[in-house]
Amino acid sequence: MTAPLTLFEKVWRSHEVVPETPDTPAVLYIDLHLIHEVTSPQAFTVLRERGLKPRRPERTFATMDHSTPTRTEQVFGGAPISVEAAARQVRELERNCAEFSLELLGLRDARRGIVHIIGPELGLTQPGKTVVCGDSHTSTHGALGALAFGIGTTEVGHVLATQCLLQRKARTFAVNVHGRLPEGVGAKDLILAIIGRIGVAGGTGHVIEYRGETIGALDMDARMTVCNMSIEAGARAGMIAPDETTFRYLAGRPRAPQGAAWEAAVAGWRQLPSDPGARFDREIDIDASALEPMLTYGTNPGMVIPVGGAIPERPDDPVFAKSLAYMGFAPGQPLREHPVNVVFIGSCTNGRLSDLRTAASLLRGRKVAAGVHMLVVPGSQQVKREAEAEGLDRVFIEAGAEWRESGCSMCLGMNGDLVPKGHYAVSTSNRNFEGRQGIGARTLLASPLTAAACAVRGRITDPRELL
Amino acid sequence: MEPIRTLRSRTVVLPASDVDTDQIIPARFLTTTTREGLGKHLFADWRYGPDGAPRAEFVLNQAHASGCSILIAGHNFGCGSSREHAPWALTDFGIHAVVSTQIADIFRNNALKNGLLPVIVEPAAHRWLIEHPGAEVSIDLDSSTLTLPTGEAIRFPLEPFARYCLMNGVDELGFLLAREAQISAYEARRGQA
Ligand code: SF4
Repeated sequence: MTAPLTLFEKVWRSHEVVPETPDTPAVLYIDLHLIHEVTSPQAFTVLRERGLKPRRPERTFATMDHSTPTRTEQVFGGAPISVEAAARQVRELERNCAEFSLELLGLRDARRGIVHIIGPELGLTQPGKTVVCGDSHTSTHGALGALAFGIGTTEVGHVLATQCLLQRKARTFAVNVHGRLPEGVGAKDLILAIIGRIGVAGGTGHVIEYRGETIGALDMDARMTVCNMSIEAGARAGMIAPDETTFRYLAGRPRAPQGAAWEAAVAGWRQLPSDPGARFDREIDIDASALEPMLTYGTNPGMVIPVGGAIPERPDDPVFAKSLAYMGFAPGQPLREHPVNVVFIGSCTNGRLSDLRTAASLLRGRKVAAGVHMLVVPGSQQVKREAEAEGLDRVFIEAGAEWRESGCSMCLGMNGDLVPKGHYAVSTSNRNFEGRQGIGARTLLASPLTAAACAVRGRITDPRELL
Repeated sequence: MEPIRTLRSRTVVLPASDVDTDQIIPARFLTTTTREGLGKHLFADWRYGPDGAPRAEFVLNQAHASGCSILIAGHNFGCGSSREHAPWALTDFGIHAVVSTQIADIFRNNALKNGLLPVIVEPAAHRWLIEHPGAEVSIDLDSSTLTLPTGEAIRFPLEPFARYCLMNGVDELGFLLAREAQISAYEARRGQA
């Protein structure tokens, strides 16, 4: 009898080209390589310098999302991209993909979107695959039972040239979640609570597997929100065992296997979940039924409290004090009722259809408070079309929000969608780092429901008051 | 890559914990398509005021920091985004080793590929280094030790393959390309020859 294995170990083993030894890391085969305009240009330069070609061009898939415009006239109307350097990156990716015969979903492609939204959406991301991208939120794809992690640009070049990476095997970390999420509390609150508990370095060196009946009850969009922020706990990747929910999500997607190949694939995927008795290097338990809507108050995602709570006091911690000074907050201060200037709904964390539905459900028949700038940016063009088919765009526009083309947008502000200096932004994205959304911008991370509630009242609000 | 065996320098201390790569180099400088010249944007929002003038109080702007190639950083350095622009900016500025009690995974990987040494030390040694800015420190890769001016030698963990690559100037891409036969055999096993 073979020893019981975890989901991670099964995927790892089936991708070992050469197993690791004490002296050398494993050579790990990569099934799916996603690239975008910001972290790929220097990798192509290396290919050119060394006279190399992509080994398996059909396994690399390119899109543009980070620095692309979200204004319709700049995407479709022929208006110039307002950020000149971004326009250059877009052109360079077009040139690189043409020269090296890589499939690219260009700026005007109906399938374009944030790289971590479109991988699953197109059915490219599948259980048991290894997926990498020059982007730390590649952890998102683990929601489908893939081993997916972010890499640097040098490694983008390695994958292009050899379809492989040199990797040391990570340790395993089980996060067991039990109980029902209360009303008004969603996947974003759950992952923020987990990061608050283990800390922003708590997962370093580990691959997290989210387990338990609470995770099993989440839909795919919610599972992606959870896995997405694994990196915010320092983890290499996050994974969730594939199940019927996963198979239903993938069935019929354009790049998923079809017909007899589908049946064979599903049979294989059913073997992936961690075996009973499989051992993890570390384990924690979370009671979902005790959770509340969460909100960050500081400059990393681990600085998080329930929306009705007060900012902790840490008198002897100068780093904590500096963070609060940046945010303009005082120790012990409650967040509720604090004025809000900007609300951003979008990003690879919360830019999927169900996120937009949740935000719209609260905004329907209500108005964004005077003086609040609310920006809603769908995660992909497909999400945008589906949202419009349901009339969600009308709900946002009638409430007074802006409705844009897809992209990373205000999550990192590379395309000019910025939070002004000193302003408070409640954002459904994943990073509240200093300056992330603009120089001097103050970011409070929250769920789409909490963000919508804050938009309506113009103040930090517990969304349960408006349900 | 140039082989590295030893590094000797005065230290510069930036004690903040959880320094993310958005601080090391803010996203607005990622629109470049080359690797060069990023040193001037290193820690841009901490180094320069709103008018673009250097902030005198920021440690890297102080006279004693010039020429230092060893950065003593706080716990969990380099978390967040996978941007390799972060180690590119550090090395372009002249930093060739980062010493901390913990360094984020992706940043550490990226650092090693660019001749930037990630050095993880125990809290006691870390505290000493934080409390003695400008200390003359040497790092020896062969023995994986960092030696304090007191003569105390502190061992630090370094993955053997990474050490081999650093010391011999071997680049991983060459190593992977040399595994061509095994990669082809793997692909044949998986039925995609
Ligand atoms: S939405 Fe934000 S976190 Fe996600 S890929 Fe884009 S920039 Fe990165």
